[in-house]
Amino acid sequence: MSNGICSTMTSEMTRDIVAGHGGFAEGILSAVEQIAGLSHRFVSLSNAGLEPGAIERLLRDTIAAHGTKVIFTDLPAGSCTQAARRVQRDLPELVLVTGAALPTILAYACGSDIGTAAEKGRAAQIVVEGTRDA
Amino acid sequence: MTLEMFRIDDRLVHGQVVVGWGQPCALGFLVLVDDAVAQSAWEQDLYRMGVPPEMEIIFDTVVTATARLSEYRADCRTGMLITSDIDTMVRLAAALPDIRNVTVGGVHHKPGRIARARYIYLTPEEALRLQALAACGVTVVAQDVPQGAATPLDVLLRGEGPT
Repeated sequence: MSNGICSTMTSEMTRDIVAGHGGFAEGILSAVEQIAGLSHRFVSLSNAGLEPGAIERLLRDTIAAHGTKVIFTDLPAGSCTQAARRVQRDLPELVLVTGAALPTILAYACGSDIGTAAEKGRAAQIVVEGTRDA
Repeated sequence: MTLEMFRIDDRLVHGQVVVGWGQPCALGFLVLVDDAVAQSAWEQDLYRMGVPPEMEIIFDTVVTATARLSEYRADCRTGMLITSDIDTMVRLAAALPDIRNVTVGGVHHKPGRIARARYIYLTPEEALRLQALAACGVTVVAQDVPQGAATPLDVLLRGEGPT
């Protein structure tokens, strides 16, 4: 019982971060909510209108407030990724996943470990070319 | 092609540069001019991480960039030179009179800065430095992405840039 309570408290206290350009994070979490009802496990951040130092401060404040363990970002070259890497210098236990898309974040939200979730994201990228019937 | 784009962007190498400009303009190389980054292997790794394999990134100080500009001009690839702040670009332009066009791609909000466009905030001093640059014959425009309109400096400073 106490383990269950403890686990519940931990899951309530800890929220990971989805960060990126424009409304990327908000949109991803909207989809996570629609599919699995698990968006409460995340906080969405946007870099819109923020200079690099402000993005880094926002990340640090959010991590401190929510006990974040994992940050998902959109582009490896993005300013959120760069800010996350700067934060990682002080918090090496923090995990950063770049190029994150819905399949990765959804898999992680549903309980996959981060490596498996990333693999599921890669596996979900399929190019389907149409064919004409002869 | 050659080094033909000179950009001021406080985010330096990021999505707009690598993807937004990089793909349609087929950028082959980036010259990041920043005295601090040029001295830090860690900072260079940070920016290198986001650059695709087909794009070279070169790190320079103002001094080394000045010395190497003719080499960059002779490069057959299309290149972009980026500084994170107005002062660095002004120093470069003072040393290199053949810089004729500068694009302000992103200078975001900080205390003391006033909104001039959605992605450009300037202190009065920074606005004066851009005006001084223009007075030397450099065409200064604001433009974040290729599909966006290039806003002339006088329009930008009237606060009539993209919102």
